[in-house]
Amino acid sequence: MNPPSSPAVEARGLVRVFGEKRAVDGVDLDIPRGQIYGFLGPNGAGKSTTVRMLTTLLNPTSGTARVAGHDIAGDTENVRLRIGVALQESALDPKQTGREILDMQGRLYGLDRAARHERIADLERLVDIGDAMDAMVSTYSGGMKRRLDLAAALVHKPEVLFLDEPTTGLDPVSRASVWAEVRRLNEEMGMTIFLTTQYLEEADALAHRVGIIARGRIVADGTPAELKRSIGSDVVIVSVGEGQGALAGDTLRGVNGLDHVEVKGDRVIVGVSDGGAALSPVAVALSGAGVKVNELTLRTPTLDDVFLEMTGNRMEEGETA
Amino acid sequence: MSDTRPLLARRAGFLRDLGSVALRAVRLTRRDAEAVVPGLVVPLFFLMINIGSLQSFVEGNLPPGFDFKAFQLPVSIIFAVTGISRAGSLVIDVQDGYLDRLLLTPVARPTLLLGLMVADLAVITLMCVPVVILGAVLGVWFETGVLGMLVFLAIGISWGIAFTGFPYAIALKTGNPIAVNNAFLLFFPFAFLTTAYVPQEQMTGWLATVADWNPVTYLLAGMRALLMTGWDGDAILKAFLASGMVAAISFTLAFTALRGRVRHK
Repeated sequence: MNPPSSPAVEARGLVRVFGEKRAVDGVDLDIPRGQIYGFLGPNGAGKSTTVRMLTTLLNPTSGTARVAGHDIAGDTENVRLRIGVALQESALDPKQTGREILDMQGRLYGLDRAARHERIADLERLVDIGDAMDAMVSTYSGGMKRRLDLAAALVHKPEVLFLDEPTTGLDPVSRASVWAEVRRLNEEMGMTIFLTTQYLEEADALAHRVGIIARGRIVADGTPAELKRSIGSDVVIVSVGEGQGALAGDTLRGVNGLDHVEVKGDRVIVGVSDGGAALSPVAVALSGAGVKVNELTLRTPTLDDVFLEMTGNRMEEGETA
Repeated sequence: MSDTRPLLARRAGFLRDLGSVALRAVRLTRRDAEAVVPGLVVPLFFLMINIGSLQSFVEGNLPPGFDFKAFQLPVSIIFAVTGISRAGSLVIDVQDGYLDRLLLTPVARPTLLLGLMVADLAVITLMCVPVVILGAVLGVWFETGVLGMLVFLAIGISWGIAFTGFPYAIALKTGNPIAVNNAFLLFFPFAFLTTAYVPQEQMTGWLATVADWNPVTYLLAGMRALLMTGWDGDAILKAFLASGMVAAISFTLAFTALRGRVRHK
């Protein structure tokens, strides 16, 4: 039986060890049905390993998880019937046509001929590749493969859809198309979507809730707005003269009312609760210390700022260990 | 929002899964025809060369009435069917992640291998036919008639399928296309340390001992009986038993490797 009131994804202390490396190190998840959950982290943070465990491709070293109400280790078949998965690399057979791949998926999920034809007709709109549906996948562009991969994950109308970095490597148009489809699936069909990404703007734009993972651990979890609020309201970015970054940083660390100061070359990034009020003291302090200010920018925090606050690194820098 | 839609997916069942995997394998085999055809040319070539170069010599050194062409035909069948498999394609599925896509579905795991073997069965059967036709063109026909020819083909096909387990085991264990390509090395001791060129009673020394233990010796004996002497139940039974024993070993290796590959390590 499928317990529809159970969370879509529920994990407790999920651990996966490869040799000496703890790729996933005690992940807890509680994702209600109907949400888009953004799982955000840099390469090597443990996103894909978590997805592979939740989708039954990999056994956890320890910990437990239930997906769509079923245990990922003890009830794998019921999990598989209820999930759709588009893995990080498009897992497609280059010597089949798009239509053949979708048909094969339908067969393996037990759909009869009529249901398969109906689903493939529905999904053709999503794939949106015209006559290429009957061409070999080897002739497809990266974007076409991604869309076909997504369509293959949807053939059986899963309850929970796992998308592992679905837009990595896509051009902006293809990326926008995938985003629109993710929103539609969630809004029109109520599908729960577990989306891993290394793109901050993707998590920000799509996810109802975001979990930030670094070195195998979830370091923050909440709505994008909550996470941004958690590190202060505003960010002030100061661009200073060449070689003056360190002096500017030291100077600003002595200014009252600033939450944190980070130096990046000739840029200083300041977290502060009231950015408007902080601009003047920042400018005065730097001027007094003889620092040349080229540019002073005030903006609201991004998820990258959250990541920095939680891990000490920027997302773009990746993991340092 | 909570999802209360009825579940569309269900287990398709073992036979439907087998059919689905086999359908894809047969389709891809058809598209890989350029990889299959050379495998047919080689045995036909060797049949012609062996007959052309050795017939007079062998027949001259054996009692009158010995038919070297009929003696060689089973060897060509063994050459034609040994090593045929979709193991190379399976390695590509492993590397491309397509095997993962299949494993994400509720497909019955054994069918992932058995379905490929269905395609192998089709190819192996097709490979046997031109060899038998060439034999007929050269004047080789069966003492046991058409029924004997069908049993002859069945022995060859059973051997071809029995041998497929080895390349599949290597493919699943290593995921390495080079290792799979090198699986043909297994073929040499089976194919040459046996009665491929001279009758068993003419063999001496260590080669005779090895040939006694080589299952191909019994396959060839059974097939030659159907061609040259008539219905020899003992020889035919031993031929099928030899295939069965090799199948038991190779399939055990292959399905153990499959279990290891899908065990979610």
